[in-house]
Amino acid sequence: MSAGAAATGRTGARGPGAWLTPLVGLVVLLAVASLLGLWRSWWWAILGAGFVLVVLAAEGASRRLPFRFQTPFERALAWLFPLLVLAAWEWLSTSGVLNPRWFPPPSRIVGALWDLTVNYDRFSGTSLIGRPWLIPARLTEQGWPGVVALFNESHVWATLSRVIVGFVLGAVPALLVGMVMGLNRTVRTMLDSTMSAIYVLPKIAIFPILMLVFPDPFGEGPKVTVVAISAFFLVALSTMAGVQGIDKVLLQAGSNFGANRWQMLRHVILPGALPIVFNGLRLALGTALIVIVAVEFVRAKTGVGYLVYYHWQVLGTPKMYAALLVVMVLGVGLTALLQLVERLVMPWRR
Amino acid sequence: MTQKIVALQATKRYPSKAGMVTALEGFDLTVAEGEFVCLVGPSGCGKSTFLRILAGLEDLTVGEARIVPGDDPRRPLNNVVFQEYAVFPWKTVLDNVAFGLQMRGVGKAERYAVAERWLTKVGLKRFADYYPSQISGGMKQRVSIARALANDPEVLLMDEPLGALDAQTRAVLQEELLRIWEETHKTVLYVTHSIEEAVLLGDRVVLMTAHPGTKKSEFVVDLPRPRDLATTSTPEFAALTGAIWEDLRDEVRRAMEAQA
Repeated sequence: MSAGAAATGRTGARGPGAWLTPLVGLVVLLAVASLLGLWRSWWWAILGAGFVLVVLAAEGASRRLPFRFQTPFERALAWLFPLLVLAAWEWLSTSGVLNPRWFPPPSRIVGALWDLTVNYDRFSGTSLIGRPWLIPARLTEQGWPGVVALFNESHVWATLSRVIVGFVLGAVPALLVGMVMGLNRTVRTMLDSTMSAIYVLPKIAIFPILMLVFPDPFGEGPKVTVVAISAFFLVALSTMAGVQGIDKVLLQAGSNFGANRWQMLRHVILPGALPIVFNGLRLALGTALIVIVAVEFVRAKTGVGYLVYYHWQVLGTPKMYAALLVVMVLGVGLTALLQLVERLVMPWRR
Repeated sequence: MTQKIVALQATKRYPSKAGMVTALEGFDLTVAEGEFVCLVGPSGCGKSTFLRILAGLEDLTVGEARIVPGDDPRRPLNNVVFQEYAVFPWKTVLDNVAFGLQMRGVGKAERYAVAERWLTKVGLKRFADYYPSQISGGMKQRVSIARALANDPEVLLMDEPLGALDAQTRAVLQEELLRIWEETHKTVLYVTHSIEEAVLLGDRVVLMTAHPGTKKSEFVVDLPRPRDLATTSTPEFAALTGAIWEDLRDEVRRAMEAQA
């Protein structure tokens, strides 16, 4: 089936057939599959063949486009394909090919996300983003404590504050330790093997220890600390690598032009290490998000991880997906924020 | 003439897996103030090592190698122009040129004024706000040269500064170096493996041998100044480079065999 369509697609490379034939092939493929009821057992083959036909159609269209439309076309392709996937998901799920209980259609996920955003959950006393539209009213009725209460009921804020506070608490000392390790051979020899050993340990595994150590095992202490620890080792080791990786001739130039220890650090070592330091920070941020979601699965009453887990327990799949969507948005947002900082701190790296 | 560089029986040995290696053996050299001296020799003859010892980047094992301080104690003794440019990627062209002055605590307005003057001299005024990643290799080396000159050292140490450049850029920079030297008459120690470059630029060419590195012979370049690339097509130039090559050829052969 797909082989035949692909063969006809190749014949009209220059005519409108270049993109029309694969599209017709796609429609025929979908119609035949639906009429014969092939979807249930052959969905993977149909999806694969469908993807090939879509690629052929897009390539055919791109070949026929004038040069100045190439870039807009590629940009459109980058946006349209995900939309196509979502549309396919929607259709497969509503038509029952995909079980909507496990794979609810995107429209219902968006609906669930809206639900979570605007509604306050009386049972758990939480809301997704803390109902910011209530801030003016609360401010007049209860003053600042009322606004703080709004923040405290927010899942997004709970996760965000844990990630940011933990990240900063881990990364700042890590920068210092990594710097010393990079500069001082003795410190490096002493710490390197220990640090590398702890580095490979999944930090989530030490969460039980932290719950023992902190007086309130269910409070914010262990959660923030586990994020801080997971960020620490990544940032410290990459800072060390960054400092060690500075081109020796730049260090020599620094000292030849009379830089003292402090000037060396400020003008040569710190900026020279920054690119690799930021690599570490980016990795640490991703890890922090993974760790906090995992921690919120097991021990939290707020946070997006808790939200995913809670809706799994009550089988509210659309809200589960909605919470995953929020995790994605948080990840993208935090990474973008870090990239912004990176661009401000390292203007020479465009 | 005042002596600016004095080296007596300078010897450098360092340990390696194959035992002690002698990079430099009993090397004597004096350079007078305002003199442009070129060190030429096969790779591994210790010419860069000697320059790095003078720059304080390496220690001497035995003997003496020093730069004689001038009257002004605030003036730096030396600055190096490295083969790999060694301009700081995170500083703009202007900040790179002003680096030495900044390290010595010269105020912003003054150091930028000096840096801009030198950038104009090397034809890079327009690129003052560029970062090194945005300019070519030849321009980076101009920045490196301007950085050293802006710091106004007693002695300028140049370690194969044009070695990494293509032939055309190299020729252009050689002429620029000649022009700048005519203006400043700095004391220069210039390490190169190119005989032509040494004869074109230098007042004196010192030949070195390899394994161990030591002085082989010395040639006074009495070609009239100001020189430019046209100098390289004079018969005097050809005679001198020919004589030096005659002297060096066996050394290069020996060095190649030793490396094989």
